[in-house]
Amino acid sequence: MTEKEYRTITDVKGPLVFLNKTEPVSFGEIVSLRLSDGSTKNGQVLDTSDEMVVVQVFEGTAGVDLDTGIRFMGDVFKLPVSKDLVGRILTGAGKPRDGGPDIVAEHNADIIGAAINPYSRRSPEEFIQTGVSAIDSCTSLVRGQKLPIFSASGLPHNDIALQIARQAKLKDSDEDFVVVFCAMGITAEEYNFFRYDLERTGALENAVLFVNLADDPAVERLITPRLALTAAEYLAFEHDYHVLVIYTDMTNYCESLRQIGAAREEVPGRRGYPGYMYTDLAMLYERAGIVKGKEGSITQFPILTMPGDDITHPIPDLSGYITEGQIVISRELHQKGIYPPINVLPSLSRLMNAGIGPNKTREDHKSVSDQLYAAYAQGRELRGLVAIVGEDALNERDLQMLKFADLFENKFLRQSRDEDRSIEGTLDLAWELLSSINTKYLVRLDQKWIDKYHPTEKK
Amino acid sequence: MSKKGQIYRISGPVVTAIGIKAAMFDVVRVGDEGLMGEVIELHGDKCVIQVYEETSGIRPGEPVINTGETLSVALGPGLLTQIYDGIQRPLEDLEEKMGVFITRGVDADGIVMDKKWTFNPTVKVGDVVKPGSVIGTVQETETIEHRIMVPPNKEGTVKDIKQGDFNVTETVCTLDDGTELQMMQKWPVRTPRPFLQKYAPDTPLVTGQRILDFLFPLAKGGTSGIPGPFGSGKTVTQQQLAKWSDAQIVVYIGCGERGNEMTEVLSEFPHLIDPNTEKPLMNRTVMIANTSNMPVAAREASVYTGITIAEYFRDMGYDVALMADSTSRWAEAMREISSRLEEMPGEEGYPAYLSSRLAEFYERAGRVETMSGDDGSVTVIGAVSPPGGDISEPVSQGTLRIVKVFWGLDAGLARQRHFPSINWLNSYSLYPASLDQWYRDNIAPDFPEKRTEISSLLQVESELQEIVQLVGSDALPVDQQLTLEVARMIREYFLQQNAFHDVDTFSSLEQQYKMTLAILSFQDEAKKAIAAGAALEDVVNVESRTNLMRARFEPGYLEKIDKLVDEMKKEINSAVEAEN
Ligand SMILES: Nc1ncnc2c1ncn2[C@@H]1O[C@H](COP(=O)(O)OP(=O)(O)OP(=O)(O)O)[C@@H](O)[C@H]1O
Ligand SMILES: [Mg+2]
Repeated sequence: MTEKEYRTITDVKGPLVFLNKTEPVSFGEIVSLRLSDGSTKNGQVLDTSDEMVVVQVFEGTAGVDLDTGIRFMGDVFKLPVSKDLVGRILTGAGKPRDGGPDIVAEHNADIIGAAINPYSRRSPEEFIQTGVSAIDSCTSLVRGQKLPIFSASGLPHNDIALQIARQAKLKDSDEDFVVVFCAMGITAEEYNFFRYDLERTGALENAVLFVNLADDPAVERLITPRLALTAAEYLAFEHDYHVLVIYTDMTNYCESLRQIGAAREEVPGRRGYPGYMYTDLAMLYERAGIVKGKEGSITQFPILTMPGDDITHPIPDLSGYITEGQIVISRELHQKGIYPPINVLPSLSRLMNAGIGPNKTREDHKSVSDQLYAAYAQGRELRGLVAIVGEDALNERDLQMLKFADLFENKFLRQSRDEDRSIEGTLDLAWELLSSINTKYLVRLDQKWIDKYHPTEKK
Repeated sequence: MSKKGQIYRISGPVVTAIGIKAAMFDVVRVGDEGLMGEVIELHGDKCVIQVYEETSGIRPGEPVINTGETLSVALGPGLLTQIYDGIQRPLEDLEEKMGVFITRGVDADGIVMDKKWTFNPTVKVGDVVKPGSVIGTVQETETIEHRIMVPPNKEGTVKDIKQGDFNVTETVCTLDDGTELQMMQKWPVRTPRPFLQKYAPDTPLVTGQRILDFLFPLAKGGTSGIPGPFGSGKTVTQQQLAKWSDAQIVVYIGCGERGNEMTEVLSEFPHLIDPNTEKPLMNRTVMIANTSNMPVAAREASVYTGITIAEYFRDMGYDVALMADSTSRWAEAMREISSRLEEMPGEEGYPAYLSSRLAEFYERAGRVETMSGDDGSVTVIGAVSPPGGDISEPVSQGTLRIVKVFWGLDAGLARQRHFPSINWLNSYSLYPASLDQWYRDNIAPDFPEKRTEISSLLQVESELQEIVQLVGSDALPVDQQLTLEVARMIREYFLQQNAFHDVDTFSSLEQQYKMTLAILSFQDEAKKAIAAGAALEDVVNVESRTNLMRARFEPGYLEKIDKLVDEMKKEINSAVEAEN
């Protein structure tokens, strides 16, 4: 174990420090830097050889000079974990931020996390009721899923995430989730919004917060989600908790990744983001799931803001390639004053089929959801046509679809921030709205469900 | 220089060693924990290694030992029903040894070494055997007979041959020069297994997916690429092929994709019944799962591990289908390793050899005369995940230059929930010319002509749609309005196919053919009726047509379809009578 202090820095570049003439240093090892003013910073080894060691400094390299002392701590980055984490607020580097004591470790867990053996996973299939109609009906969430919110700046993704965190529960159960909240580069105002809301509802006692704000070091953001997920894994797989991990904003995380890549003069992939960004994100998102022999679960709700509202931007694009669907927030609906402004058309939950139906939600769920989707899609498309040819040119069927799209947005999507709808309530509401359309046009609904659930035509 | 050297540098999955004597692709053990790695570059006294396990915590100075072997897979009874990581470690063994998380430094044999299999010889003393000759068989699963072959580099006259229960390392056959043969052989994954000659494909790989079989067929021994943006249906399509295609062996490679998708296959396949053998699909399946969060170097290797296993079953005379989901993640693994090697990058940072690696991989597909004179094939289906869905990028382009079938997934169709969201206007298959005789002989003499009729209707529709966008459909003459209705029927009744519906998930070629006849007879009857004065709307809305279309979700559709078509014809005719 080398506890020796080196003063052999040769280069400092962006968040990276290069030094030589060290004893062998291990890859990924944690580094402590002592600056000439006596303050310290932390870093991690990115490249190591007999001749040169490259260290990434989490707090940034401001103030680092060639005399800065460097010590290698002999171990990779670990988070002290214990049940005492619950109820705590920590910095983006895992230090107390709430004025409380240091966490007394039950043990120290490697934050990189090992991959879950695919053979050891169980298929996620337990429906989580979020109480938000748009999600529960059309993009149903299940325990152990990773379902990001694709949003953009100025949209109420935080309200939606909080509402979900507050309301999420298994159907017919009061069992709560432990929320692990991971802030990366968000503003103090946004953070306060989250914190007050969690405090107000008492959820804070059942939450762990890792907070890296906009004015905290950008490089630190690269470890913040890893700390959060390490805590989540500990709680889920060692203490059987059902954990809901919310991280915001993944876009800031990816920016930090790009910054490191640039400092290392790596050959960039698309739009300057590192070629390994897919793998790097997967190492976070894939830490969701449920596994054999363990009771707990990790469900992930990453929030990301799409630069330029562009879903093909590498950040949403690579996320979408890894996650099990996405919930897309729409600026257009937001501008119409609809909350939550979720556009169900580009949204998708890939695990939905496994979580809905008889004994899970309700037998008619799939049918209703397909019909809602189809009718709304048609209605929205007709809006474009009406703008050109006018409503008069529409036949009866099209007129009904057009009206339905408005109803769907105003009565179904729209709900208040503390309105917690049961899945039955959501489905009944769907039937009520669908009954504005002549049944012969409701081709996605099975006759047997019409007979049973249609408000005016049931038998 | 010796077999043992030491670590000089570590940069992620790439480790440089000094003082070690090694050749390209030698397998080495890295560090105190003996992590598995492979030599990928030599520079004077330095040797560059890609490591198949996490490298954090290891440091310069730790030992590196050359095993002297190249990266190989173990081939023999015990492969089927297995799920492996990228370097053929059974995931079940890894779970036993390390629990639910994959840690490192653990070895596991590719096939079970001590299990006894009943070996039935097919040669006798005095027979001359050549590379690839079958010397005996083992009933590996309920449906698959494993043929034990002489390895490609051995031959001679049988001096001794056994019968009975043996494990894979016990000698079952001895040749006159003393060569001992076991049921297991090893083969280096980066070297294609030999065969006598390649044949032109002449038989379709029947997948039960209407749009694929009917419009864009794939041949046994052929190659196909499925590019598409996220959520467009690459994985579902590949899983459909793994489930329902009429290959005898399926090798499914989850390369850098989701863990839960592999779990799904694992939990579903043992319960799904192969329509060809009536036995669980798992019996014919080998899976490789190196998910996105597992080490990238092993992801790079996973594709080779898979194709080598596929070739091995091909050599037994089987038709093998291999799916790789996704080749883009494989290419990205190459890119990551290449950039750590500080190689000169090509387009979008991919190594300059990307397209030749892709070509070499797809070239391992084919229908061949095996070393023993049998007929076997490997069909390769590769998913491609282009960034932003834009296929002008290097991996899509490199793939499209080689593969003969292009199933282009379309985000727009997926958003409309038109599944499979394969774009019928820009997808293609180059195989029909060599397969048409097969369809004429086995399904219907005019099968190819029906395909042409259907695809030209779709083509005409797309041209008409452009006009409709401008003037609305009411402005079209009635015969063109009918064409639009017929095309809509093709799309909604024929092209759309719900993978999650118990019945609709699979459609036989006979049924596909009958469904197209049904569409075309609707067109004919409707034309006649309209000519005789019936209103288009009445013809289109006949209830019997809805019944004909809906009934495809019911079992036994093939038997019912003729009757349903007759009913439709009658009802359309009566619409004419009502008019007059
Ligand atoms: N043939 C089909 N029938 C019904 N649904 C389908 C079909 N194909 C795709 N889907 C739907 O589309 C979703 C996404 O499909 P899939 O997972 O295959 O996409 P993908 O192209 O593999 O995406 P990614 O690149 O992110 O892995 C599925 O979860 C399913 O809901
Ligand atoms: Mg996929």
